[in-house]
Amino acid sequence: MQFGLSQEQTLLQDSVNKYLNDQVGLDKVRTVAAGDTSDAAIWQGLSELGIPGLMIPEANGGVGLGALDAAVISECLGYHAAPSPFISAAAMAPLPLLAANKEEVLGGIATGQIRVGIAFGESIGARTGAGITATGLKLSGKCLFVLDGEADYYLIATTDKKIFMVNVDSGGLKRAPLKTIDATRSTCELSLDKVTAELLSEDPAVYDRTLDMGRVMQAADTLGAAQCMLDQAVAYAGQRKQFNRVIASFQAVKHMCADMLANLEPCRSLVWHAGYAMDDLPNEARMLACHTNAHLSEVGRAVAKTSTEVHGGMGFTDLVGLHYWFKRIGANRQLLGSPELVRQEAARIQGLAA
Amino acid sequence: MDLSYGSEYTEFREEVQSFISEHKDKQPKVGAEPGSPDLLAWQKRLIENGYHSRTIPKEYGGYGAKPDIIMPRIISEEFSRAQVNPGFAGQGINMLTPVLLEMGSEAQKQQFIRPTIHGEMVWCQGYSEPGAGSDLASLTTKAALDGDEWVINGQKIWTSTAHLADWIFCLVRTEPEAPKHQGISFLLFDMKSPGIEIRPLVDMTGKANFNEVFFTDVRVPKDQIVGKRGQGWFVANAILGHERGSLAPPDVAQTRLDGVTRLMNSETIGGEKVIDNPVYLDRLMKLQGSVLAQKANDMRLLSARINKGQDATLAGMVVKLTGTELRHEIEGLAIDVMGEIGLSYGDNPYLRDNGSWQYQYMYYLGLIIGGGTSQIQKNIISERGLGMPKEPKVEAK
Repeated sequence: MQFGLSQEQTLLQDSVNKYLNDQVGLDKVRTVAAGDTSDAAIWQGLSELGIPGLMIPEANGGVGLGALDAAVISECLGYHAAPSPFISAAAMAPLPLLAANKEEVLGGIATGQIRVGIAFGESIGARTGAGITATGLKLSGKCLFVLDGEADYYLIATTDKKIFMVNVDSGGLKRAPLKTIDATRSTCELSLDKVTAELLSEDPAVYDRTLDMGRVMQAADTLGAAQCMLDQAVAYAGQRKQFNRVIASFQAVKHMCADMLANLEPCRSLVWHAGYAMDDLPNEARMLACHTNAHLSEVGRAVAKTSTEVHGGMGFTDLVGLHYWFKRIGANRQLLGSPELVRQEAARIQGLAA
Repeated sequence: MDLSYGSEYTEFREEVQSFISEHKDKQPKVGAEPGSPDLLAWQKRLIENGYHSRTIPKEYGGYGAKPDIIMPRIISEEFSRAQVNPGFAGQGINMLTPVLLEMGSEAQKQQFIRPTIHGEMVWCQGYSEPGAGSDLASLTTKAALDGDEWVINGQKIWTSTAHLADWIFCLVRTEPEAPKHQGISFLLFDMKSPGIEIRPLVDMTGKANFNEVFFTDVRVPKDQIVGKRGQGWFVANAILGHERGSLAPPDVAQTRLDGVTRLMNSETIGGEKVIDNPVYLDRLMKLQGSVLAQKANDMRLLSARINKGQDATLAGMVVKLTGTELRHEIEGLAIDVMGEIGLSYGDNPYLRDNGSWQYQYMYYLGLIIGGGTSQIQKNIISERGLGMPKEPKVEAK
């Protein structure tokens, strides 16, 4: 019995953390967030570590690792609020592409040359003004808050859980960037007018697994981001003095930090369990993916608020930059289904709701 | 990751299962009187077959198996699955016995462990005092040496099972001049000693789960001390760690959550099942997410005990705080699911599940406070877990 990360996983984590520590500090995050540069250079750097092809089989040019390995990476990226299309391109897109045996695209993702974005918002629950219809292989309608504003291809899911692929250069397709509070990752709007698409999968199980994978990675990203906010709060409280004492010696501040840790530490095990289940526990994977996503959304929100409060006025400023993590956690909460919707799905999976 | 216990345990699990099916009909009836022959005989049978006191050496009345982390877990899983009586628990078995094994004298081990684990000697714990709760080390119950005897004066509170106990393990101040943590000793004595008065303390559940115990010139033989004079604080801390982890196990939280789910399927509001009401269902799902997190945390803790080198210190520190708070919320949801039915008490004909939801809802509030309050837990987490400084000391007046 061994419940935890393997030595290989720890090494992988260390090497990605080293790259991110060296190359993707707060200054870098700021330049991407300000729109002065894209996340392309970071993605290229991560490509040299094999990250885009982490879950792509070796036969297709990838590394052939599993969901738990990917969750470990996603946590690192969240910890550094690193701009990258990891969740969409590396974790979600390969699954339907593999189902359709799209070797060329898979190979391109693995080298970091091709980016594939994800437009699942309309199948999860289309918001006002959005929705997509397929007439044969022609797609029309609108996708909102599509993951990755700079992808070469997009995977679009319809409410009947079919997954289509479109090329961004297709006739009838318009892409417009959508600014969100989370400037560390890009999203866009796709408007489609009878765009020719390729059907990758009509198997609902492929759709479910792709979405579950994204939700687990998102939870891992929140875990990392929240851990970073906790670490920053403890460090700040240890330096900031008021009433001739560091504020870390006030019980009110200590208890805020203890609350963050108490809620967050079990989340680490939950994310590991969900990642492992995606590969090895097929009967539990769906329920765990939903619950892990929703639970991390709740804990993440509480940590984001509490850490900001521990920083006092400085937490509210742009100077400290804490808000990048706050907003990233906020975006993870809403994208790929807000927690209420995800919990409803968890209930459905167990037959507790229609 | 490997969540299986390994093939070497498959045979052991089968042994446990066949013991259960063979002996199940000999277990005592539910509600048997404490100390009844049926209970004692069942306890003896469990120990003789290695399903209780498994690793306690034979010479002290145990089964004498070599220590193993997985086997007790398998035993507990199988007994719980079959809903078979797992034998006695209690402070003598769970807390005193491990301490005697670690720090007791040979004579103490010989004298106390066998009757304790066989349920023939019931213990209570004398720690808290009216003036020493969270600040336990400030306790003032005094023991002064008079010839070959300690003479004890003072008062304890929150003493569960004192009215049933044969003996007490008790923290007393023996070195009034020493710093507070170094002036305490750990004594064992007979609850029938002259000078002991027990008053039941009725709590919010309506039951007397606790007592107040008063000592007036209670005389105790000098050698009934565990460890040396002044070492009692360290002896006590060794067992408090034992207690905290076991107050709110996640598998019981899971069982209670399943109970709430059942209740939501059977209770109706205006003809509609509660489970079909999305507001209640969302609350259930939120708690299920928390239970899953606790269960995963528990697997990590088990793994860290087996695999040396895996660190789970922080994961262990949060168990008492998060586990008791979560149980209180689960029991509270059940009451909300029942609405006004959830107010039923005593012989009210609408009472569900024997009133266990109301009882546990209140009892778990007691456990949030007892065994180191949630606030004390947060001090420990922030100071030992996150390395934050202690509050500056206020000079004693």
